[in-house]
Amino acid sequence: MILSAHNIRKRFADLDVLKGIDLEMQQGDVVAILGPSGSGKTTLLRCLNFLERADEGILTMDGADIDLHRATHREIVRVRRKTAFVFQNYNLFQNKTVLQNVTLGLTVGARMRRDEAEATALEMLRKVGMADRLKHYPSQLSGGQQQRVAIARALATKPEIIYFDEPTSALDPELIGEVLSVMRDLAVEGMTMLVVTHEMDFARNVSSSILFMDGGEVIERAPSRQFFEQPREARSQEFIRSILQR
Amino acid sequence: MSERIWGIVADSFPKMLTYGLTVTLPLAAASFLLALIIAVLVALIQYGNVPVLRRICRFYIWLIRGTPLLVQLYLVYYGLPKAGIYFDKLLAAWLVLGFNEGAYMAETMRGALESVSQGQMEAGYCVGLNFVQIMTHIVLPQAFRTAFPALSNSLISMVKETSLAATIAVEEMFRQAQIINGRVYESLALYTEVALIYLLFCTILTWLQRLCEKHLARRGGAIK
Ligand SMILES: Nc1ncnc2c1ncn2[C@@H]1O[C@H](COP(=O)(O)OP(=O)(O)OP(=O)(O)O)[C@@H](O)[C@H]1O
Ligand SMILES: [Mg+2]
Repeated sequence: MILSAHNIRKRFADLDVLKGIDLEMQQGDVVAILGPSGSGKTTLLRCLNFLERADEGILTMDGADIDLHRATHREIVRVRRKTAFVFQNYNLFQNKTVLQNVTLGLTVGARMRRDEAEATALEMLRKVGMADRLKHYPSQLSGGQQQRVAIARALATKPEIIYFDEPTSALDPELIGEVLSVMRDLAVEGMTMLVVTHEMDFARNVSSSILFMDGGEVIERAPSRQFFEQPREARSQEFIRSILQR
Repeated sequence: MSERIWGIVADSFPKMLTYGLTVTLPLAAASFLLALIIAVLVALIQYGNVPVLRRICRFYIWLIRGTPLLVQLYLVYYGLPKAGIYFDKLLAAWLVLGFNEGAYMAETMRGALESVSQGQMEAGYCVGLNFVQIMTHIVLPQAFRTAFPALSNSLISMVKETSLAATIAVEEMFRQAQIINGRVYESLALYTEVALIYLLFCTILTWLQRLCEKHLARRGGAIK
């Protein structure tokens, strides 16, 4: 097991956003998190990476237990070193070129030598098809290109797992494909990914299993095909019906 | 105009220009530098929401922005000695100009810091950077870029504001105009002359500012 999380809870003021989430990921799993708006999907990913401090919960990675509420600075750094995050709106560093966006975490964060970092960055940018735009700034790229650079940046730190929060939701429809195809390649290569998405094609055909959330709880976890063809829970069935109608 | 006036102008010009170049501009530059350091620190404290210091910074900004520069200058140079605190006049001018402009520039910097999207900071954490690295490599460079026009305007204001130091007898350019006028009584010619030198300084600075802006824009712009 590459990662397991137990009983993650999070409140915002008087709003119970996560009501005790359990999660397990095996090496190479591609899990799609589905669920209606406001069900806590983003918050779950953010708690796993300490972008949000959970109120409760245990995260186990590489055999080490980390208290999601009380984690020390050192533990947080250790967890982040093993994970990467791809945001809905890319969050590229606006004052850095494409190449610098990918190398910054390596040279400054991990103190890697520049030539080594650039070789790694180049390899990742090639993987996402952005190696011909090294000197461009984010503002000079399309949304799809920016998101692919963001994926290269995530890959460069050699994470054990990548979290994606609706990576294609901010994109114009004609740009969604290029990002999804990069993600499909990663899945085929065996990258472990936890993906919040509204792309049913991706959920059905690329992800190995579905985690369906509603109201801050995991309603159902099932292999993708099974989830779409024979959902067990009433709320899952309702959700699938509602997306088929769209 | 009479030959006498031309003679006075021709005599006084090199003298005033010398004071302009050796006192006015260095004083403006030094005060601007002090203001910039204060502004960055004050803005960072507010941006990072540092508990007690944050309130002190708000107090400082409130105090400075609510009182005239001239009064601040008098208070420090003429008032504080009554409390046993003496400053050399040049030092007093430097401190007052720096702390005064610093308060305005701090607000500029704070706005510029806040205009950098929070998401970039989160992305920074996620690729393994720490707070200081994120600030120095990502947030501050963008904030300076955003604040550049406002900061250059502050520098230009500063050049003009140094003339107030004449009121505490700092030997700067405007003070020279006053001294010479005290001897020859040609206020129209001499004050026009000194005004033109300020105009020259500010015009050159504005031109430099535009040059820098163009250079920055060529480097990718980077700002949405
Ligand atoms: N920082 C916050 N402060 C207060 N409430 C928040 C905060 N972040 C999220 N929430 C609330 O928590 C709930 C869950 O939010 P979350 O963003 O996790 O949902 P989601 O499943 O990702 O929804 P969507 O599909 O719209 O992205 C929402 O009701 C939201 O308003
Ligand atoms: Mg969300």
